Amino acid sequence: MDMPNNEVRNLRFDEYHSGEHLRNATKQAIERKYQDFLIVDVDAHHYESEHHREVFQYIESPVIKRMALESFNRGGRSSFLGGEVGYQDIGGRVTRHWLRKHEKTPASPHKDITTTLRWMDAMGVDYTCLFPTPMLFLGTHPQPEIESALAQAYNRWLCDRILAHEGRIISMLYLPFNDPEAAYKTVKEFGGKKGVVGFMVTAPRYKPVHDNAYMKTYRLLEEMNLPLSFHAAYTWGDQALKMTNRFIGVHALGFMWFNMIHMTNWVINGLPERFPKLKVMWIESGLTWAYSLMQRLDHSYLMRTSDCPSLKRKPSEYMREMYFSSQPMEVPDDPSILEATFKMINAETQLVWSSDYPHWDFDLPGVIYDLPFLSEKSKHNILGANAARLFNLPLKPVKKIPNVD
Amino acid sequence: MAEIFVAKADDMADGDRRIVRTSKGEIGVFRHKGAFHAYANRCVHSGGPACEGVLIPKVIELIAEDKTYQGQTFSEDEMHFVCPWHGYEYNIETGVFAGDSKLKLKKYQIVERSGDVYIVA
Repeated sequence: MDMPNNEVRNLRFDEYHSGEHLRNATKQAIERKYQDFLIVDVDAHHYESEHHREVFQYIESPVIKRMALESFNRGGRSSFLGGEVGYQDIGGRVTRHWLRKHEKTPASPHKDITTTLRWMDAMGVDYTCLFPTPMLFLGTHPQPEIESALAQAYNRWLCDRILAHEGRIISMLYLPFNDPEAAYKTVKEFGGKKGVVGFMVTAPRYKPVHDNAYMKTYRLLEEMNLPLSFHAAYTWGDQALKMTNRFIGVHALGFMWFNMIHMTNWVINGLPERFPKLKVMWIESGLTWAYSLMQRLDHSYLMRTSDCPSLKRKPSEYMREMYFSSQPMEVPDDPSILEATFKMINAETQLVWSSDYPHWDFDLPGVIYDLPFLSEKSKHNILGANAARLFNLPLKPVKKIPNVD
Repeated sequence: MAEIFVAKADDMADGDRRIVRTSKGEIGVFRHKGAFHAYANRCVHSGGPACEGVLIPKVIELIAEDKTYQGQTFSEDEMHFVCPWHGYEYNIETGVFAGDSKLKLKKYQIVERSGDVYIVA
């Protein structure tokens, strides 16, 4: 017998802990020696809605602030921010979505700092670019001034309560894109704040990225050397996506669909020529969409250069200079297919690993580290060095991987 | 190979489980319809604690003879346990992954003796 009775454990759901939940990931981190090199997660999340009472205090307009707080206090039907139809937790099967309310944290620092650092260390992550969750759908809110008010409040709250206190947590702040003037002011106000490494547009929305109203914001971002990212999401309110009848459908398509449109407009309208030094990143659409769109646009471009006279090269050549986050990384049975995708997007310098934790389809660093066709140097680039270059982060690892035995 | 004590059989009701730490890694032991089943607590997907998730029956679609869709329901015959990291579902009696029958969790032999339950690992 090599197993005494007291090492048999019962499961205690009321003792949920973000680090313990990822115990098997920690074993992977130790086995793969993640302690020895930098890992940057360019896309992870918290649930800002759990702190709405705090966030709403930062709303500038007294009228909107009262509306928000009253809606928060009332709860239930017909809320101020609305919501998005969906069931990301697969009907309760992904347990952390409902167990995290049991997690015990000290009074200080902020709960989201404690829980974020717990899962970062458990996974072997040094720095994390933190994004909100319900706000990913805010771009479809019918009132642009509500989007702007909440974006400003959230950004101020995030800077004050999270980023100012924890250097390992960084963010690309929410841009209220439905109000171009507010988007410009957002970059002006927050561009130099601690932990702000760029700005993020949530993809589900119906404002084209080539609208002249955005040009001064792009120019400002380029001047400040701050990246602009497009974070994918879905909306079941989209006319075409309404035809899907299961979450798997609206999610698989929606997370590619809006970024494909924005990318097409971005390239075809020559924005890479207008803003050659602006760094652009595409988040959470996986990789196959880029592989496909590059070929699709190149094919048409050669016959229709008159449609995009600003371009001096093929669309794929501009796309290959942009950055792509890896998650949710498609993993075909034949690794040579993935290898071709990596080659197509120039993964060596342009691919940046992301977890999307704690969302239902998160990736561990192992999705990159375990690939048979990558050199050790390529793994280190994709897992951390590329993002460090993009965000001006030090290369020295600062994580504290826990001991699990 | 060694026999590793899990629990007294009477201490585990139907639907109960134990996670056993061994030198070969964690093993999840389930009791289902009176029988015991033991699997490696490591998901075939990304290594999650597959045996620590919810128990939920397989979902089936109701397709009528005329091939029209009539809704969904839970199977009365096939119970799954679900990896809590990403939702990979496994048949509790075989350890076979619901999404691809070529994949399955490592299964361990159960021995019941004098009211005690052991796994062989």
